[in-house]
Amino acid sequence: MTDIRSRPAGLTKWVVTLPPGLFLVVFFLLPTLIVVLAGFRETGEFGGLAPIDGLAGLTLDAYRFLLGDVIYLEIFARSFFVAGLTTLICILLAYPLAWLIARSPKKRRDLLVLLVILPFASNFLVRIYAWIMILGPASLLYTPFAVIVGLVYTHLPFMLLPLYTNLEKHDPALLEAAQDLGAGAWTRFWRVTFPLSLPGIFSGSALVFIPVLGMFAVPELLGGTGDILIGNLIKEQFLDNRDWPLGSALSILLTACVLLLAALAAWAARRGLHGTEAVS
Amino acid sequence: MNKARFWLWAASLAVYAFLYIPLAVVVIFSFNDSMLNAEWAGFTTRWYAKLMHDEDMLRAAANSLLIALMSASIATLLGAMAGLAIHRYRPRWLPFLVLTPVAMPEILLGVSLLLFFRQVLDLSLGLLSILVAHVTFSIGFVAVIVRARLAGMDESIFEAARDLGATPWATFRRVTLPLILPALLAGFLMAFTLSIDDFVITFFVAGVGVNTLPLQIYSMIKVAVTPEVNAVSTLLMALTLTLILTASRFAPDVLKGRA
Repeated sequence: MTDIRSRPAGLTKWVVTLPPGLFLVVFFLLPTLIVVLAGFRETGEFGGLAPIDGLAGLTLDAYRFLLGDVIYLEIFARSFFVAGLTTLICILLAYPLAWLIARSPKKRRDLLVLLVILPFASNFLVRIYAWIMILGPASLLYTPFAVIVGLVYTHLPFMLLPLYTNLEKHDPALLEAAQDLGAGAWTRFWRVTFPLSLPGIFSGSALVFIPVLGMFAVPELLGGTGDILIGNLIKEQFLDNRDWPLGSALSILLTACVLLLAALAAWAARRGLHGTEAVS
Repeated sequence: MNKARFWLWAASLAVYAFLYIPLAVVVIFSFNDSMLNAEWAGFTTRWYAKLMHDEDMLRAAANSLLIALMSASIATLLGAMAGLAIHRYRPRWLPFLVLTPVAMPEILLGVSLLLFFRQVLDLSLGLLSILVAHVTFSIGFVAVIVRARLAGMDESIFEAARDLGATPWATFRRVTLPLILPALLAGFLMAFTLSIDDFVITFFVAGVGVNTLPLQIYSMIKVAVTPEVNAVSTLLMALTLTLILTASRFAPDVLKGRA
């Protein structure tokens, strides 16, 4: 048998691999490395980056500045709090709906999922603008409340879809067995459904928590001056203050947080799976 | 049937209402005959008419369409290659390159491209930098769609073509291409929508002077709430909705990937 994959690939392989590979090396990998390097450089006279020659020109100034000023620590802490709260509210809103969809007749499921996704065919800014229209007259605009509402509204399907995908796979026989063994509705939920859905919750949480950390448009358009997140700090350094080394250092710290969280979510989802094997 | 089920439905309907009411408000007030978005003053289409005479808005729309067409074409080509390569040759490094730009917070791709264009290439920002940025984040979406299509196919048809003496190029043109065509169409429409909709990354790489539709909307809503914004929002919503639903006809999983 000549499996198509094990054949010597030769020219064809490089014809399809190289163009996208090279494009992404140049326009994704390289720029990312440049940000890493820029975090160790000095600010230029008119903003941007100062010219350097050789590695001796590298400095830890930007990081020293970040760690030396408590305001940055506060904003990082607040961003984590806001992202956590957004994630929690998304779980609370998405769970009943995901459960309802997962337990609907098969024919109706696709329609119900589609109804969740359709609002997200609207532009991200339009979704924020909708809340400006609603919260403005209610005098709730430019408050932390408005920011949370906007973040939940723009991220809800990221929680709903993984959760639904997980709940859909649950075997109804498990719940029937629990019922036959005398478990009430509440016990069935907490002892069977909820533990089994943990992997879905974890992957949904990663999909909500991570983008929220880097968000700048929602706090900028719906929040007050005190509601800024890490994303706003980065935007400010690159576009307003033109302090590129500081902006780069902030981006690197954000990237580090993101990588850590993604690893944590993957680990938790795996553990969640192992944990639930005992239940099932 | 019982109380639990009643509450489950009530909670779900409340979530659907939370999702739809804000957008309905935007659409309804785009037909409101009042400068103030406060109360209903009668039906009008004058905000749409005003839109058609707004020079800045028209230029932004033209830029958006041009960039979306070009970036979707390039991304479809490169994304299809990446999808094919990943499916067939399994290079370990390619999925990382293709998927990371999609998975990381958009702002990070935005600032790194800004730095790269200004510092390394010394390129003045504008249509070209926006185009490159859009291709970069769209490749992954196309690759995933194409790969999913290839994964669902029987490998033996390619072997059959080869056994019958077809060259790799003939196999591609006569067998692979017709089979992945729906995925290519879906990928193109997806990339087009992503491009026309993108705000965050475009915001960093656009520079001054060049606007796209989302950038134009952003600068308008920063200043004030006007019915004209409602009108352009409604039009944009109708456009992306049509595109996404069309794309989902060719590749059903598209919808999930988008959200």
